[in-house]
Amino acid sequence: MLEKADQIFVLLLHWLVGFLPAGWQHGAGVVLCVATIVLLYPALFAIAVLLERKGLGRMQNRYGPNRVGLFGILQPVADGIKSLTKEDIVPYKADALVHFMAPLVLVVAVFMGFAVMPMGRNMVLVDMDASLLFFFAMGASTELSIFMAGWSSRNKYSLLGAMRAMAQMISYEVPLLLSSVVIVMMTGSLSLVKIVEAQNHYSWGLPHWYVFTPWGFAGFVMFVIASMAETNRSPFDLPEGESEIVAGYFTEYSGFKFALFFLGEYVGMFGISGLGATLFLGGWSAPFAFLSWVPSWIWFFAKVMAWICFFIWVRGTLPRLRQDQLMNFAWKFVLPMTLVNLMVAALWRFMGEGLLRWVVCSAIVVVVYAVMGRVEMRRGRLGPRSYRYAE
Amino acid sequence: MLGEGILKGLAETARNFAGSYVSRERLTTVQYPEERVAPIEAARVFPFLVYDGADWEAGLRCVACQICEKECPPKCIYIEKSKDKKPDYVGKLQIYPARFDIDVSVCMSCQICVEVCPFEAIKMDTEFELATDNRFGGLLHDRKQLAKSNEYFHTIHPTEASEVDARLAEEKAKVEAKAKAAAEAAAAKAAAGAAPAATPGDKPAGGGE
Amino acid sequence: MSFAFYVVAALTLAGGLAAVLLKNLVHCALALTVAFAGLALLFLQLDAQFVGFAQILVYIGAVAILVVFAILLTRASETPKSSEIFSRTWLAGLALAAAVFAVMGWAVLQAAPGLPHVIAAPTVTVQEIGAALMGRYVLPLEIVALLLTAALIGAVIVAMHEKEGAR
Repeated sequence: MLEKADQIFVLLLHWLVGFLPAGWQHGAGVVLCVATIVLLYPALFAIAVLLERKGLGRMQNRYGPNRVGLFGILQPVADGIKSLTKEDIVPYKADALVHFMAPLVLVVAVFMGFAVMPMGRNMVLVDMDASLLFFFAMGASTELSIFMAGWSSRNKYSLLGAMRAMAQMISYEVPLLLSSVVIVMMTGSLSLVKIVEAQNHYSWGLPHWYVFTPWGFAGFVMFVIASMAETNRSPFDLPEGESEIVAGYFTEYSGFKFALFFLGEYVGMFGISGLGATLFLGGWSAPFAFLSWVPSWIWFFAKVMAWICFFIWVRGTLPRLRQDQLMNFAWKFVLPMTLVNLMVAALWRFMGEGLLRWVVCSAIVVVVYAVMGRVEMRRGRLGPRSYRYAE
Repeated sequence: MLGEGILKGLAETARNFAGSYVSRERLTTVQYPEERVAPIEAARVFPFLVYDGADWEAGLRCVACQICEKECPPKCIYIEKSKDKKPDYVGKLQIYPARFDIDVSVCMSCQICVEVCPFEAIKMDTEFELATDNRFGGLLHDRKQLAKSNEYFHTIHPTEASEVDARLAEEKAKVEAKAKAAAEAAAAKAAAGAAPAATPGDKPAGGGE
Repeated sequence: MSFAFYVVAALTLAGGLAAVLLKNLVHCALALTVAFAGLALLFLQLDAQFVGFAQILVYIGAVAILVVFAILLTRASETPKSSEIFSRTWLAGLALAAAVFAVMGWAVLQAAPGLPHVIAAPTVTVQEIGAALMGRYVLPLEIVALLLTAALIGAVIVAMHEKEGAR
């Protein structure tokens, strides 16, 4: 019974596909899976937007949306209807084709990443050898859509926002990749399915997630930081800094195209959260051995939603960074930390089992973090702001 | 160590998040259509025309002098003078506004019309729910919509209303005293019997132009 | 040659042609990206996953962005005054492309007899590529890494000097 609950979607798929002639089954199965992904994540997007608005409100001692439906749960529906019925405005001087293509390219690239995401036991659309690389390749393609949006709008704010976004995404892609490379080093595979399987075993009822190792924890922290920057989330939301550049690269978008950008942003967040959960938090594996009976897909989505909630929490807490702070943080703190982490991971690998490697690796990570943080703070790069003329 | 401040901040927002569910004092939001803040006496939103007595048309204090129309910075007041005259609060015959329109969408609530009005006829209202679904007619308030009784003025701005009433009463008393004095003088003159029949009526201080 | 191959090949060719022919430089860059994507798809069709994804990651994710930055920072991105869509120098571009194609075709034809005539699909996993890079080809890899590091340091030094000069 529990086995069935775990595999319910796989069984459902086989049952549905069983109605078709044998030659069609494979194609129909793929189409069905893609349709499920394309429908599921917008639904999650609606939930996440509601969570974000309510959660942020509560963090600022407000109610948040509470009018549409019971406790405002229908607010995303109202938002959706609103954005669908709004006028689609294309600026007179805009490059109409590129302007039109930009949101489509973004959404397509963002959704492609889910093709390789193991969302549960046996629940992966394409189990390929280089799936991690595939995910990052798709993530890198979103940058181009942002440029297309910013450039085609013929608006200085759009262009500035696009330039900011591209500079930021390129800068933080390096630490993002380097912090994931640690996992690849340890698993010896780029396949996300294999990475989850490598973490899905327990000793004394506790899981072997990579986050519970010194290099894994450091990589996890760096990955979280880089993923926030990569998805343009606060405190790294300079590309859409309202106080300076209206709304960044989607200033000139309205109606459904704007909704597509919004959707793309959130689906990108789900993608990167799912990847982070897969790499560091054991993907669909249960957090305790005695909870293994809970269906695997519940764990995956619970981890993704927890990650999203953390994003919301951080958004409610931290103010936006300045451009130089952003770049300094990426190149002078996060990148060196990930490089040190690579070394620590190699050390861990070659020191063999035992308590010693725990002590040595943790000590290196903590000491480097503390020293580097102290030096950077003393230089005034990461510490509290100091103003030269304003005070 | 680097990151301490971030953790402190996260703890603070978490406290706010949890606290907003526990203590209602944290939530300062007033859920507007159901809940309202108590009316504020100093609030001034949009002008209205004061009338005395029961009949709004007869009791309008406005004498269509058009000072407010001329002074209005965004020119949102439109006045048409009447052809006939009616008695004002002191009983003097005055013209009255046949039309008095204010455009809500143009008015900027500066209160200059109130300050320039020599007849205490136009005052500021506290009514702020002026939204309408009629873009043209609904935003242009005519004199019937603008007319509100002196009692209403007392309920929204009691201090100012009583000051105005006192001033008007004083003026009225002064006028009456003057009229009385004039009447007495006339009577005395008549009694003296030397003077010709009557002095011309009381027409010293004209209204409008 | 399957149907998919023709579609992808047509896409790649169209992208490449547009990159040569169009007048607006940014459009050219975007068309070039389409060509890159088509190339990556061709790699994937040949079961070369690693190369295909590396193509996307490096060329679409980095090179295309670099091209775009270069265009935007050199003021060449301004919209051309005339309403022409196609570039006037398309003939030169086409000639250059034809020359490159001729050289490459010659090289391929020269090399063709030496290649083994094996039809069986190669099953090269990422792990094998990694092992080969770290084992047999470690020296070339290290030389390339050194070169890239030198280029990186050079770029930093150039940028630093510019900053000092500005002050």
